[in-house]
Amino acid sequence: MGAYTRPERLEDALTVLRARPLTVLAGGTDHFPARVAHTPDEDLLDVTALPELRGIRREAGGGLVIGAATTWSQLIATDLPPACDGLKAAAREVGGVQIQNRGTVGGNLCNASPAADGVPALLSLDAEVELASLDGVRRLPLDGFVLGNRKTARRPDELLTAIRIPAAALDGAGRFLKLGARRYLVISIVMVAGTMTKAPDGTVAGVRLAVGACSATALRLRELEATLIGRPAAQAASLVADSHLAGLQPIDDVRADAAYRRETACVLVRRCLADLAADRAVP
Amino acid sequence: MTTATITLTVNGAERCVTVDPARRLSRVLRDDLGLTGTKVGCDAGDCGACTVLLDGAQVCACLTPAAQAAGSTVVTVEGLAEPDGRLSALQRAFQRHGAAQCGICTPGMLMAAADLLGRTARPTRDQAMDALGGVLCRCTGYQKIVEAVLDVGSNAPDPAMPAAGTAVGARVARLDGAGKLDGSELYGDDQCPAGALWLKVVRSPHALADFALGDLDAWAAATPGVVSVLTAADVPGHNSFGIYPTLKDQPVFAERFVRYRGESVAAVVVDGRAAFEALDLSGFPIEWSPRAALVGIEAAQAEGAVQLHEASPGNVLIRGRVASGDVDAAFARADAVVEGSFETPFVEHAYIEPEAGWARPVEGPDGSRRIELRVTTQTPYMDRDEVAHVLGIAPDRVRIVPSAVGGGFGGKLDQSLQLPLAVAVWKLGRPVAALWNRPESLASSTKRHPARMRAALAADRSGKILGYRFHGDFDTGAYASWGPTVAGRVPVHAPGPYRVPAVLATSAAVYTDGPPAGAFRGFGVPQAAIAGEALLDRMADRLGIDRLEFRLANALRAGDPTATGQRIEASVGLAACLEALRPHWRDYLALCEAAEARGGSMRLGAGIGCMWYGCGNTSMSNPSIMRLGLKPDGSLVLYNGAVDIGQGSYTIMAQIAADALGAPLDRIAQVCGDTDRTADAGKTSASRQTFVSGKASELAGLDLRAQLLRLANAGDDAELSFEDGRVLVRHDGRTRAIELAGMPADAEGDVLVGSGTFDPPTEPLDADGQGTPYATYAFAAQIALVAVDLELGTTRVLKMVAAHDVGRAVNPTLVEGQIHGGIAQGLGLALMEEYLPGRTENLHDYLIPTVGDMPEITCILVEDAEPLGPYGAKGIGEPALVPTAPAVLGAIRHATGIDITRVPALPHRVRAALRARQRAAE
Repeated sequence: MGAYTRPERLEDALTVLRARPLTVLAGGTDHFPARVAHTPDEDLLDVTALPELRGIRREAGGGLVIGAATTWSQLIATDLPPACDGLKAAAREVGGVQIQNRGTVGGNLCNASPAADGVPALLSLDAEVELASLDGVRRLPLDGFVLGNRKTARRPDELLTAIRIPAAALDGAGRFLKLGARRYLVISIVMVAGTMTKAPDGTVAGVRLAVGACSATALRLRELEATLIGRPAAQAASLVADSHLAGLQPIDDVRADAAYRRETACVLVRRCLADLAADRAVP
Repeated sequence: MTTATITLTVNGAERCVTVDPARRLSRVLRDDLGLTGTKVGCDAGDCGACTVLLDGAQVCACLTPAAQAAGSTVVTVEGLAEPDGRLSALQRAFQRHGAAQCGICTPGMLMAAADLLGRTARPTRDQAMDALGGVLCRCTGYQKIVEAVLDVGSNAPDPAMPAAGTAVGARVARLDGAGKLDGSELYGDDQCPAGALWLKVVRSPHALADFALGDLDAWAAATPGVVSVLTAADVPGHNSFGIYPTLKDQPVFAERFVRYRGESVAAVVVDGRAAFEALDLSGFPIEWSPRAALVGIEAAQAEGAVQLHEASPGNVLIRGRVASGDVDAAFARADAVVEGSFETPFVEHAYIEPEAGWARPVEGPDGSRRIELRVTTQTPYMDRDEVAHVLGIAPDRVRIVPSAVGGGFGGKLDQSLQLPLAVAVWKLGRPVAALWNRPESLASSTKRHPARMRAALAADRSGKILGYRFHGDFDTGAYASWGPTVAGRVPVHAPGPYRVPAVLATSAAVYTDGPPAGAFRGFGVPQAAIAGEALLDRMADRLGIDRLEFRLANALRAGDPTATGQRIEASVGLAACLEALRPHWRDYLALCEAAEARGGSMRLGAGIGCMWYGCGNTSMSNPSIMRLGLKPDGSLVLYNGAVDIGQGSYTIMAQIAADALGAPLDRIAQVCGDTDRTADAGKTSASRQTFVSGKASELAGLDLRAQLLRLANAGDDAELSFEDGRVLVRHDGRTRAIELAGMPADAEGDVLVGSGTFDPPTEPLDADGQGTPYATYAFAAQIALVAVDLELGTTRVLKMVAAHDVGRAVNPTLVEGQIHGGIAQGLGLALMEEYLPGRTENLHDYLIPTVGDMPEITCILVEDAEPLGPYGAKGIGEPALVPTAPAVLGAIRHATGIDITRVPALPHRVRAALRARQRAAE
């Protein structure tokens, strides 16, 4: 049993962190499961009482700021533009309602599981993260923050305070598709998230696609995105080639084998694009 | 170490605790506030049993640090009842619908439902499923839980208790239900006294390894809280246990080497629960020398494989065999032969209550030293005898008082913490408690036997089955456990519930370095049914006959001989089950055809599975003794040794005894499973309690009735009424009163005791497996409608209809509950469950079905009375599971055209099979 600090001001939290590295605790939904058989003697910094980390707001410029300690349930309950439908769908797939009520968006990113449900959806929204320390605030694109399995760019004296979605990414529609071996409470085998804006002539004006659980970190499919721009949205799904997913590095594990992940990632990308093109309602 | 004083409002009252701020809220509630209604199944947010409301929203208490509950409002299951203590509308809906079985997930389910109903008074089915999706239930199949949640608003009245003589067949609400709904029921970890020592087992991280213990005394002296370290040297009697008296091949504490990952090598006893939680075994002085483990049957039977047990050359524990008719001739003259190989994995019981309990030294009436264990168990009498064997004392010096059992399914038929607890108590002379965490439970407990099976089926062109060949190798893991039971039961059941004139069915149980494979709902029959039913489908297709009609044409009927030469003269309801399914089957086929015509990547498929299941032990005596006592005040007590593990025997036995006696059900109290106070009713296994102990209950009721009628000199059709201090006997218009007050009472305080003993008549099997292995068989058929996504390989079971011949449904609600739950486990076996030592030792890598994975289930109860059974009844526990996987796998085959020969049919395996077929076609 170590020290437990639950500051109510960001500055206090950052001061504590500057003094010594601490295990950061938010909703606890990844923290406690990793400590079933034995609780290590560690010092904890609980960030759930920091007002700066709470809430979702629109900025003057139209961008969206999601406090890092926002729970998935709070996100689901917030009125957000349709581009965030994929993010909301991902939120509904994070564990059961108990987990959604406790688990936080920031915690999902900092835990940096290759199968984190939040990452692909946020990648498809061009999200940035905001990291604060006593030195000030820096922003990183999400794919520059999540670096590998359980590895992020957060320095030990920094806190992830917010996730920012630029106004430009909030146009159009968003989708999220998750493949697992059961309905609820399941770690993803493959996830695909996408957002799309269409030109008046029905061609793809903007598209962002990301695949999760098929590499150490979720991956944007930038080459495919570039291919799709200017093409008729209705044909987008048919333009997906295996080579567009060549950057994925799926593994064999108890849930599925690599070949299956690669194959179904492609299927889900096509389905995601078909859904976005048709702008079908989120099921 | 830091502690903080935290104030929170729990169930309306302000509470203050001084604890580590990082302490799990579940521990605060249970240990610091004594609210044990909140259950802990995994400590990892995987099972949802610990769900409570935190400021009105459902959360896992095991994932919530105490600090984050400070200033908040918490509601637990203890806070759900009305202010006057009556059950709330939600709790009453659960009781009315039979939504609680073992009850261990019930608090979590109730709180998840309370969260939903707090937001939405009249939820839709989808809303209910989403709200309950985070709570796992292993008993109910979820259907009755969802029905209960959707029916809360109706506030329907509680079902009335049946009048005298009408209990059997009535939908009586579970008699032990209230405690499961208000959080007062005490499970293995709910009743440990303060001040007890706590025991933690040191387990092997290797599947096969030599080891040497280091300086235990020095480690114990240097480790805070350690009172004692127990090893094999501390076992006072025999350091061995096992189901069969001649096969006690498993040590309480391994000596020199271990045979499976999770095996116990020592136990550390510490002073108190806090020391138990803080205990770090990483520095325990033990040196391991791992060896190449025998993983799987092939490795264990390979040339030069290490022999794991001295008495078992070739690592073969035992073989089984049933041979009848001329099989070679049958295959020679067949018009069609189909054959195949099939494979199943280790499957985990995944009861939501991990192993837990405590024991204490007690003094016998003669001053002798005795021991008392209060543990979660399916088999108190075997526990008693095993503890006595290990301690080297007479069985009557051991008392087992089962706690409420939070699910068993066969997994609590073996010893777990009983034996180390007994050794600790005997050595230390103090109360000792133990609790396995989920990874320990998964690693150390028994599993369903993995099977590798080859089978062939022969038929003539008219669709008459001529012969069946079967061989199954069963991975029995490191120790014998119930391996002989599986090896013996499988060949008898392998041909399925059909007329098969020529059969050669053989089996072998093979030792490996896997976890001990033991008893799991069906004893190998579910595995064998996967092989047999798949071949029936292929044969029906080969011959161009509808799969249901093919089964019906070959179904066993009363008077037919089985492959063991037994003629089952009565209660053979398979044909009736199939006929009842026929209209549903045709509907399913029509839906599949329509989906096929629509095209696309989603295909529907229909499948069917049949089964038979012998109730009780195979060719072995398995008596049950029940006693029904009458108190001087006119009240009745059933001394019921049949442990209720959620299936409902507590209710069933009382229903039967009440009707046999002619008393109203609500007059009967019970003493359940206490080895000092109840007679041996045998194990809760083999689908035997309703049939065997139910019959004993009937006989006990009839015996007490006969005694009363004799005292009143009245005839058989007299009416009894039980009043305060007397029994009135009405017969032929006369009423005689039997005054009870002056009658001499026995040690329990009973003035009259009716006793009933029933041992189902069986005969031993000869070398060819000929004889009468069971006194009766249950029969069933289930059909499944599935949707398979051809591109993803995922399978969703949409609907099932289950027709079961139960002889007589003593309590239809409980029977349906067994069917729903069996289907859930069968669905898991077919689609998602696979235990891999070291890799799936938690409930997020080891998947069991959630509420969202279950089909809509329709039950059809066929009542073809069994003359030997109580009021015609026979078993349902295992029969419920056996046909499900075959029906689901047959449906996948129907949808896709691919043969699933290895379960679970995980999406990537289905896709691989589809790809392979595509390649073959190209």
